[in-house]
Amino acid sequence: MADQNESIPAQEQAAAQDPAAQKNAQLLALLHRLFGADAFNDVEEPYGLLTATTTRERIHDIIEGLQKDEELQLNFLTTMCGMHFPDRPGQELGMVYHLHSLTQNIRLRLKIFFPIADPVAPTLTDLYATANWMEREAFDFYGIIFPGHPNLMRILNVEDMDYHPMRKEYALEDGTREDKTDLFFGR
Amino acid sequence: MAVNDTLEGTHKIIESAREQEPRLNPLAPTVNDFNQELTTLNLGPTHPATHGIFQNILQMDGERIISGVPTIGYIHRAFEKIAERRPFYQITTLTDRMNYCSSPINNFGWHMTVEKLLGVEVPKRAQYIRVILMELARITDHLICNGILGVDTGAFTGFLYLMDEREKVYEIYEELCGARLTTNMGRVGGMERDLSDVAIAKLRAWLKTFPAVMAEFEKMFNRNRIFMDRVVDVGGISAERALNYGFTGPNLRAAGVDYDVRVMNPYSSYQDFEFEIPVGTKGDTYDRFMVRNEEIWQSLRIITQALENLPAGPYHADAPHFYLPPKQAVYQNMEALIYHFKIVMGEIDAPVGEVYHSVEGGNGELGFYLVSDGGRTPYRLHFRRPCFIYYQAYTEMVVGQTLSDAIVTLSSMNVIAGELDA
Repeated sequence: MADQNESIPAQEQAAAQDPAAQKNAQLLALLHRLFGADAFNDVEEPYGLLTATTTRERIHDIIEGLQKDEELQLNFLTTMCGMHFPDRPGQELGMVYHLHSLTQNIRLRLKIFFPIADPVAPTLTDLYATANWMEREAFDFYGIIFPGHPNLMRILNVEDMDYHPMRKEYALEDGTREDKTDLFFGR
Repeated sequence: MAVNDTLEGTHKIIESAREQEPRLNPLAPTVNDFNQELTTLNLGPTHPATHGIFQNILQMDGERIISGVPTIGYIHRAFEKIAERRPFYQITTLTDRMNYCSSPINNFGWHMTVEKLLGVEVPKRAQYIRVILMELARITDHLICNGILGVDTGAFTGFLYLMDEREKVYEIYEELCGARLTTNMGRVGGMERDLSDVAIAKLRAWLKTFPAVMAEFEKMFNRNRIFMDRVVDVGGISAERALNYGFTGPNLRAAGVDYDVRVMNPYSSYQDFEFEIPVGTKGDTYDRFMVRNEEIWQSLRIITQALENLPAGPYHADAPHFYLPPKQAVYQNMEALIYHFKIVMGEIDAPVGEVYHSVEGGNGELGFYLVSDGGRTPYRLHFRRPCFIYYQAYTEMVVGQTLSDAIVTLSSMNVIAGELDA
């Protein structure tokens, strides 16, 4: 842990020479120019991958803008997945998008968070054909609903399952067992 | 109470969303329509030609496919959920069972993800051993795919020849880890044992005999009129559509895009080796077959280079906090016992953070997105499975073609059910 805290200022010093950090700076400048600096918060670079949080109202426009952008061409949707943080009131559920520019070799991670009582996120199926099953998977696992998705139904679990199993309230083991406490076994 | 806590609530939200925006591309299971003389055909879930458990409900006009609805999830084992309760080293066995034709790539891809999170530097020798094994895995993966494609076009001989070679590769795996198919090979921080003299001897012997078999296989297929008639211009996809569908690996390269993770983001010292990335032009079944064949030759080049330049030194990182000590040391050495206990109980100092790491799997970019909250298990682990992502294009690729074309298209895409469903 101590190593990590020390290395962060060192990373910033090295940014001037490091080509990956330069690319990230270029990408961040582009994001701010196209969509405004207020569209993003929590901008970080964990392990060299530029990560930013935005809102679900803006995510579709941002990904569309990046897809059409000629400068960095972030037009490959590597993957997207749902997330669940029960301890963050009003921001329990989230979606994480990984974009990749195959010409410039830059990756970008975008996140959105929204309340579990209103689990709706915009669909990307009109931009990326590959978003279809990824969104079905997020719906299946987390119950995130994508209005406008052409075929939003469960994909990996059975159709008549009545809960979304990747949410944190569903423990993997039988919760009534007392011989296996979390103190010693797993989470 | 959340709106979609109940199934009815969820359905209500979906219904209202659908009413607001009419469905662009209705994909409901089709029914027999005798007026138009259309038939519905169930291809799968246990059809021998699908080579895995997944279903396609096809609507047919005679021999032509009009529409298709793929159903997957028959062997879904909830790996992402299980991974949230397992320490890092126990997740390796889950990765084995994704693309079980090339398990070592999955194992090492996962280990490299954890090493990236923990900041462990792996010594050169371990990296080279990993490269050798990953390329062997790639060869076996491609041998299966291309051999089966031969079977699906009616040529069993090539498949039998190649299975024989795969057995020899599995014997090399056995020397390193004792297992053949689900290898659980290596550890976080390197390999669990060094490349033994027996393994090197077996590898050298195989490198001498295999090229002749591969050349014979290519001679049998590459310019075979009957084979070409079955696969040329069958199940093609343009580069633009392939990228939009998130294709990676040989299937994308067959469409003419030279994206290879090994070159674009080299890991495990791939930058030290000289090799070429074969690309196709049309993205059809023949191109996919030829790209895989050529990749086998390139993998052989990499293995030869890695074996000739294999550096001396340790085969694992000097990271006692993360790398399991040898079992003998656990019984004799106090520190080893402590580290063994802490690692097995998951009491390692994992930093809080998130990391994405990808490797070039047998089928394309195999990615691991790991979110750690500092606990003993991942908070969230998402697998980017190339099969899952590109299989959704299958319907688009076969509509308008005949049923026999659909079979060879499926075969050449190398859809592995374990990776598809995770």
